[in-house]
Amino acid sequence: MSKVMLEVNELTTKYITRFKEDVYAVDHVSLKVEEGKSLGIAGESGCGKSTLALSLMGYYFAPLHYTSGEIIVDGKNISGLQPDEIRKNILGTEIAYIPQAAMNALNPTQKIINFIEDVVHAHDPKATKKDIYDLARERFELLGLPADVLQKYSVELSGGMKQRTVIAVSVILSPKVLIADEPSSALDVTSQKMVIKMLLDLMETGLIKSMLFITHELPLLYNVTDDIMVMYAGQIVERGSAQQTVFDPLHPYSKGLMGSIIVPEKGLRNVKLTAIPGTPPNLKKPPEGCRFAARCKYVQPECRVHRIDVQHIEGNREYRCIFSEEQLRKAYENG
Amino acid sequence: MKMAEEKISCLKGVGLTKVFGIGRTKTLAVDHIDFDFRQGEIISIVGESGSGKTTLAKMLLGLINPTEGEVYFLGEKRDISSHKKKMEYWKNIQAIFQDPYSSYNIFQKIDGVLLDCINMRGGKNLPKEEKVKLMTEACSFVNLKFEELTNKYPFELSGGQMQRLMIARIFLLKPKILLADEPTSMIDACSRATILDMLLKLRDETGMTLIFITHDIGLAYYVSNGVYIMEHGKIVEYGTADDIILRPKQAYTKRLISDVPKIHEEWDLSTVEYH
Repeated sequence: MSKVMLEVNELTTKYITRFKEDVYAVDHVSLKVEEGKSLGIAGESGCGKSTLALSLMGYYFAPLHYTSGEIIVDGKNISGLQPDEIRKNILGTEIAYIPQAAMNALNPTQKIINFIEDVVHAHDPKATKKDIYDLARERFELLGLPADVLQKYSVELSGGMKQRTVIAVSVILSPKVLIADEPSSALDVTSQKMVIKMLLDLMETGLIKSMLFITHELPLLYNVTDDIMVMYAGQIVERGSAQQTVFDPLHPYSKGLMGSIIVPEKGLRNVKLTAIPGTPPNLKKPPEGCRFAARCKYVQPECRVHRIDVQHIEGNREYRCIFSEEQLRKAYENG
Repeated sequence: MKMAEEKISCLKGVGLTKVFGIGRTKTLAVDHIDFDFRQGEIISIVGESGSGKTTLAKMLLGLINPTEGEVYFLGEKRDISSHKKKMEYWKNIQAIFQDPYSSYNIFQKIDGVLLDCINMRGGKNLPKEEKVKLMTEACSFVNLKFEELTNKYPFELSGGQMQRLMIARIFLLKPKILLADEPTSMIDACSRATILDMLLKLRDETGMTLIFITHDIGLAYYVSNGVYIMEHGKIVEYGTADDIILRPKQAYTKRLISDVPKIHEEWDLSTVEYH
């Protein structure tokens, strides 16, 4: 078994609203990413994907608060550290984060190279300009970005180019974990493909040791990551390899999600897309039992009684439902 | 397409062109486009950002005037020279836009939004109960509850709900043509299926012509009979959905299709050319 790069145990974080109400957006989430592996997180808007990403990189600014659980990056426990400490010692070298609108992170009055200098100096004040330039140039060439981008201002670059530049800059210190939160959803398909290729190149060359990829686009996730985790209302409802989760989903929610995939492939026109009725629960007052109960076709009275635990099954998979694997498969067969 | 031959022409464009700017900054956004959409068809116009598809949509809606070329509506030359004529035209063509948040008047309550539609369809003098009945019907068509929406403002709804309310408007207006400009690109995959199903159901009931403007070639394949591919303001390829997606001829179409992640076929990343 290879080294575990990111381990999260029962992480719970909450938002505190203006009216002092607690919203548990990440609720007892546990996950593990090994060296050289990538994990995808899927789910609809508002299910806590992005909050999980912020929580993992220790971005605890009001209204987000840390409640309990552990985050271990390459054997080092970073949970409970102060945001300032995290910024100085963790971000960039241990964890790097790419938000959806990463391209807006560039300062229009600064050249790209100055931006890189700032990033490197924050961690290593002694680095010389020449060293930084050589490193940046080498990296940019490796990642298929022209080196003259370094001397340009951000306004001179196209959207896709900006996004790739920011990715190249955020991994310049070779972080152990890269968290990519919808890195390509603001781009068109051609630029998206370039961004994805770049991320996969980064993994292959070992510049980043592991990756967490967040998106609601399942076909993309299936092509990029080794494992897929499905989130619903702050909880993980299913985890397994990409192949298993997409083609053989167990949890009724994942089943519904996979039924809404649209890809330009033969046979798509004959498929009836499934839409999951209803809306996710209000996380201020989450339901007592299964959070998906209100929208589930196969709901039973006992689903609503108490908290549903994760079931671990063969093939390193887990899902959060009271039914056994056979019961679920049978239910899906009968429609 | 055989069936379509017999149907009457609903919206036709001849040499439609739009030029922005003058002199050095001149841009040909839409470049001499010809098309003929038949009544009851579902058409998709697919292209990347900057290919001119939204400009084309605006010209079809009569929001901007074409620099050159003509639009024919139901076989006759479209005349939108005066405000009154425009209002008359908009009874027949309606649109759903990408961003539901900016599609509403923020000072108007939801009842007002729906009431306007009824009035526009000539239901101004209907008794109040009749109007409420119509509005309730429209809301239940899109799985919203009218009782919960009265006295609310659009911004109190979620994005998906707002987009559904937009469809409720169309349900009341019953236009001949509905133009949907990226109707699902701000909505996640799960609600996307709901919105598309509603639009298709509405089309089956009213027999209107549905025009999708989208960058998502998968969506175009799923919903439409006919697909038009746009590149740099020109239509480079058009035909039935099966022909375009499964047997594309133009290199541009091939590239568009190959760039979309697939699940049953392999998604080839080795051919990526950085630029």
